[in-house]
Amino acid sequence: MSTTAQDQTVSHEHHGAPSGLKRWLFTTNHKDIGSLYLLFSLLMFLTGGAMAMVIRAELFQPGMQLVDPHFFNQMTTVHGLVMVFGAVMPAFTGLANWMIPMMIGAPDMALPRMNNWSFWILPFAFAILLASLFMEGGGPAFGWTFYAPLSTTYSNDNTALFVFAVHIMGVSSIMGAINVIVTIVNMRAPGMTWMKLPLFVWTWLITAFLLIAVMPVLAGAVTMVLTDKYFGTSFFDAAGGGDPVMFQHIFWFFGHPEVYIMILPAFGIISTIVPTFSRKKLFGYASMVYATSSIALLSFVVWAHHMFTTGMPLAGELFFMYATMLISVPTGVKVFNWVATMWRGSISFEIPMMFAIAFIVLFTLGGFSGLMLAITPADFQYHDTYFVVAHFHYVLVTGAVFSIMAAAYYWLPKWTGNMFNETLAQWHFWLSLVSVNVLFFPMHFVGLAGMPRRIPDYALQFADFNAIISVGGFAFGLSQLLFVAVVFKCVAGGKPAEDKVWDGAEGLEWQVASPAPYHTFSTPPKVD
Amino acid sequence: MHKALIQKLVLTVLGMFAFAFALVPLYDVFCDITGLNGKVDLVVAEQSTSVDDSRQVEVSFTTHAKSSAPFQVKAQQYSVSVQPGKLSEVRFVAHNLSDTARVMQAIPSVSPGQAAKYLHKLACFCFDQQPLDANQSMEFVLRFYVDTELPKDVQELTLSYTLYDITESETAYSGEQTQSQFVSQYYLIQTNPVRGPQNG
Repeated sequence: MSTTAQDQTVSHEHHGAPSGLKRWLFTTNHKDIGSLYLLFSLLMFLTGGAMAMVIRAELFQPGMQLVDPHFFNQMTTVHGLVMVFGAVMPAFTGLANWMIPMMIGAPDMALPRMNNWSFWILPFAFAILLASLFMEGGGPAFGWTFYAPLSTTYSNDNTALFVFAVHIMGVSSIMGAINVIVTIVNMRAPGMTWMKLPLFVWTWLITAFLLIAVMPVLAGAVTMVLTDKYFGTSFFDAAGGGDPVMFQHIFWFFGHPEVYIMILPAFGIISTIVPTFSRKKLFGYASMVYATSSIALLSFVVWAHHMFTTGMPLAGELFFMYATMLISVPTGVKVFNWVATMWRGSISFEIPMMFAIAFIVLFTLGGFSGLMLAITPADFQYHDTYFVVAHFHYVLVTGAVFSIMAAAYYWLPKWTGNMFNETLAQWHFWLSLVSVNVLFFPMHFVGLAGMPRRIPDYALQFADFNAIISVGGFAFGLSQLLFVAVVFKCVAGGKPAEDKVWDGAEGLEWQVASPAPYHTFSTPPKVD
Repeated sequence: MHKALIQKLVLTVLGMFAFAFALVPLYDVFCDITGLNGKVDLVVAEQSTSVDDSRQVEVSFTTHAKSSAPFQVKAQQYSVSVQPGKLSEVRFVAHNLSDTARVMQAIPSVSPGQAAKYLHKLACFCFDQQPLDANQSMEFVLRFYVDTELPKDVQELTLSYTLYDITESETAYSGEQTQSQFVSQYYLIQTNPVRGPQNG
């Protein structure tokens, strides 16, 4: 290890990136792999978004217009899978690859070859998943939660492709998580003690442990679906002594920590951006670390709040209701810490800060609807309605996705060496902000009025609201093309960025040149 | 220097994969102990030694065939009133509605769920797979008693049987419905209301 590091200091002037396709196929450089992850996730974001457009086009008016119900179900299913496993998770992994080594003063990720592999199996996973849409019988149509018996007894023959795709995505995430943990534990620069770690690194460390704990459970669940469907086992088949409700327990044992996997790194990003543009230190650093850890621990004991209507006993419903509500305490700590950081700060409203503030407001809104859903007796009314859809899109789109965009705008100048086009980015922000609320806010109302989710048709009284939602959806979808434009323009050129792009920024990543050289911190920096 | 940590992490991953499968027996044990989920043991119970003649419990029976299972099973009495601890017998008539020999599996479930572990069966057609010839009718006896430990607030309970056709999984497993069947079922349910079916 140490000898390679020395070799690099001597010779890295001469070996930059190899050129052409081989550079990207064989790369073990954390920055290259980070870029690959981020570009892949952008591509998947657009793919999943196109599916959302199909869904919203069909729901623009009541009645069956454009697609048949089976295809509609494939769209909702694959939209969910692509966005969760293809857009949000790889985007965070990409940010981790780019930023964690630079933030802790390490020369690269700990396991660079595995890093290459964990990225390059992802395109295959999604190629398999998306190819199944074009095969006879179509792709998976049982919802991204693939409840048995929908995914076993009533699914089509292409279900095996879904299962293998999820297996590969799982393997990729697990390898990514192992890499992150080993890097953070073993490769911090001298003096970078635990309580000096940037919060993005802390939140990713905890996320990585969550990934290691639950992705194997997801792999187990899809394996059971596979054997139930093709090899005659009866894990979820009551006729053979199994139990379909057990599927939901196993799935949500994975599924609930999974939603925190998609939001904890976002907390880290917001905790990085808010202090920069408030020109103050983060308020309550230690409480942020403890709050993140408690959210992660609590996430293992709340899974059954997804299943209140399965006929649980009262004691169980009460336990899961109170445990779920308890999570709002550490989450509240975080939100108040961000607000307290901004309090009396010298705030400037650059694009990353705008996205961060939008995140704080809108994510909190999503958290509130989550609290409403946690109330067991109320959940019987809300369950499987558009209220749930509104809730998780507020936490995942205006939460996770907005934080990813904030991060992209925050670090793009460091990655590319160029400032992005501010005007275009302003347009992207404001159009996204307005349209995302036109898109998701009315879903609360149609949900409370009883419109079920995952249905291609609906009763006439929901027609007006659905038309508004669809218009918001198309506007939000088109606005994201502006983001693509900003990113590619920024890569192509622009005003050169300074090393320390934002004057209030702190952290090791701002000590290296812009654009970040191919190799950074070959000699570890000294952290005081 | 990374090796020890990587080993631990990989072991954790493997352990959690195994844990997913361990959840299957754990789930059964948990339901068994707590009696949650209305799951009833598919084993022969011992006869009760005591009778609680201070109260009567109403036990009703219901059966329904799962999707396309061509069976009809009817209890001869809709419900019986029993004293906890006392053995009762109920006759069921099962009928194979199809023109081929089929194998039936009945899966019992009790409502309210917490009463499940207090219902003991000494004889039940659900203990075995039941082969029925084409159009054959067969009589079965259910012999059961309600435990004297049954909580006092449970005054009536329902024993429900779900009937499955397991003929195919009996021979060679090929029990998938084709997609077109599923879609056509879906159309029947979904496409009537607002503007009428367009693809129908």
